[in-house]
Amino acid sequence: MTDLYQSQRAMRHMRRVAMQRGVIAILDVGSSKIACLILRFDGPDVLREAEGIGPMAGQSSFRIIGAATTRSRGVRFGEIAQMNETERAIRTAVQAAQKMANVRVDHAIVCFSGAEPRSYGLAGDWDLQDSVVTEQDVARVLAACDVPDIGQGREVMHAQPVNFALDHRSGLGDPRGQIGNRLACDMHMLTVEAAAIQNLLYCIKRCDLELAGIASSAYVSGFSSLVEDEQELGAACIDMGGGSTGISIFIKKHMIFADSVRMGGDHVTSDISKGLQVPIATAERIKTRHGGVVATGMDDREMIEIGADSGDWDKDRRTVSRTELIGIMRPRVEEILEEVRARLDAAGFDHLPSQQIVLTGGASQIPGLDGLAARILGQRVRLGRPLRVQGLPQAATGPAFSSAVGLCLFAAHPQDEWWDFDIPSERIPARSLKRAIRWFRDNW
Amino acid sequence: MQSLRSVPLAPHDPAPSRWAYRMHRLWLTPLFRALLRVGLPSFTLIFSIGLYLSDDQRRASLNSASAGIWEAVQERPEFMVNLLAIDGASPALSEAVRAKLALTLPASSLQLDMAALKQKAEELDAVANAELRVRTGGVLQVTIQERVPVLIWRTETELSLLDATGTRVARIFERPDRPDLPIVTGQGADDAVPEALALIAAAEPIAARMRGLVRVGERRWDIVLDRDQRILLPEVDPIPALERVIALDKAEKLLDRDIVAVDFRNEHRPVLRLTPGALEQMRNAGAPTETGASNL
Repeated sequence: MTDLYQSQRAMRHMRRVAMQRGVIAILDVGSSKIACLILRFDGPDVLREAEGIGPMAGQSSFRIIGAATTRSRGVRFGEIAQMNETERAIRTAVQAAQKMANVRVDHAIVCFSGAEPRSYGLAGDWDLQDSVVTEQDVARVLAACDVPDIGQGREVMHAQPVNFALDHRSGLGDPRGQIGNRLACDMHMLTVEAAAIQNLLYCIKRCDLELAGIASSAYVSGFSSLVEDEQELGAACIDMGGGSTGISIFIKKHMIFADSVRMGGDHVTSDISKGLQVPIATAERIKTRHGGVVATGMDDREMIEIGADSGDWDKDRRTVSRTELIGIMRPRVEEILEEVRARLDAAGFDHLPSQQIVLTGGASQIPGLDGLAARILGQRVRLGRPLRVQGLPQAATGPAFSSAVGLCLFAAHPQDEWWDFDIPSERIPARSLKRAIRWFRDNW
Repeated sequence: MQSLRSVPLAPHDPAPSRWAYRMHRLWLTPLFRALLRVGLPSFTLIFSIGLYLSDDQRRASLNSASAGIWEAVQERPEFMVNLLAIDGASPALSEAVRAKLALTLPASSLQLDMAALKQKAEELDAVANAELRVRTGGVLQVTIQERVPVLIWRTETELSLLDATGTRVARIFERPDRPDLPIVTGQGADDAVPEALALIAAAEPIAARMRGLVRVGERRWDIVLDRDQRILLPEVDPIPALERVIALDKAEKLLDRDIVAVDFRNEHRPVLRLTPGALEQMRNAGAPTETGASNL
């Protein structure tokens, strides 16, 4: 556990260094595209309050000075499958973004969607020594949470205190300074496959970047595409990416559950490719130009030329009606949404007071998806787009960039995680010299 | 299995190679960029110049070449001065100035140090102000303002001419050389020339009898008349005192009488000094008088 603590703290330190330097790169390593945004922090909010734009989620403290996307290579299901290909793709994106920003970035915050995220709810309590809650007490109660067996080869990605309770008062955001006898806390822990993180780390290192943070893309896309009251009252964000579909549930502005379905837009494309006997690139083009999930009578008459260059006239002049295309796409989309429904049910989403569902991600752009999703997921479904941030190019404002934008917000204002609190002093390994130095520094 | 070594590359791989990526990042590093864009060219320039100049022979040839060019420019006829013209000076002074400047003509005007020449010309006593300029046609024009002598100052060794500010103008050998100028004498007389001039102007009614002024003790004036008569004037306000003497002379012919000196040093107590003969005569006449002094 201490290893994790150290490495996460090291990443936090990197983030601080990057903030001091003022430039940080955001990398969204997805299965269909890799996006790189370069943020410049101009210090505290430069936007004037008079314009009626308050500092909503801290997105006014930075501006995006470089943005680049490239087709992803070597990433499947949101995990790195071919290291050198992914490394090249990251390099392409980073170089293009650097070229646009005309600065060199050394620190990157990365998110990815795969690696089988698993959520755990942790609880711990602690009897206060003197009745006032101090920072140390918070650290102790976090340390008192009993960690379940997360399994071999898995790594903790997020561990956020979600709720504090003091004696019988629950729902405290920040218990420090309050008076009570017994402090309890709920923590949400997200674990992922360690190998996926290792691979990603290696790729980032090969690109001469320092890792300043790592986040689950389900989490960060919820951060950017859920509006404030949805985050507060409870909502689920479904980030439909290329290789996987991320699910995150938010309540009281904290993520309480995250999961991912290993299916996404790429599977729809491969279905089209198989069904229509066309190459993947053609299938992708047909999907984005003519795709849909609800067929109407009009669609029978809309013929799509699917073409080929085999030299055979009959094969090259093939056409298919849009209804057929929809007939291929719809079952797969339904399958994805049903899987999402199953995950939400397993997480107990129907016990939440508000059951808002927000669809975002590149695959959520299929026309008619909201109608289909409403049938499967429940009535309160909307399509979400990331919130606007300064300097983001128009091309990067679509739902496909919600996790990249969310990662920007995450970079600007990360939520407190377990490792942001000091280790309780009695847990520090008995390195007397270090403790002596620390005591000395604290007292003088 | 597909061969891992010879993976057929896409027709165009958009990814930069690792080295291209690194070079791009290096190029975006501000320090490196400044070094390469400013540091390297300036270093190359300075280093190559230094390398070129490190050889003595090259340096000498460079020096001589630059000197040759400078010479050629200097020697151009546009810059040559062939003639020295002196205006506003008497022939004797002109000669003196010419000798003092000691120019070897023709000379380049770029080599003439006008300030030094001006100073040299003004070192002459008779020159109040000299103005030098190079006129078109290669003429060095020296315009001289002469000092005008107003007094002759007799010292123990020589007779010198003084101008109105008391500056020595020239030396003369005999008084008759300048019979038109009044004569003063005494140590420090040259420091009080304006006062002397004012006195001479005020003494105009007795100018025919006046022989000259004597500065006494570097503080006051005596007027010396013929028949060895003296008018002793006070240190302050000598002119009213002199005017009183002149008034007395007009009214009572004071100076025609047989006296040696009229002492007005103390204005409340003027004193007449009689000649011994006159004094005796006065005593014989039985006049009630004190020796050596008389209340007027």
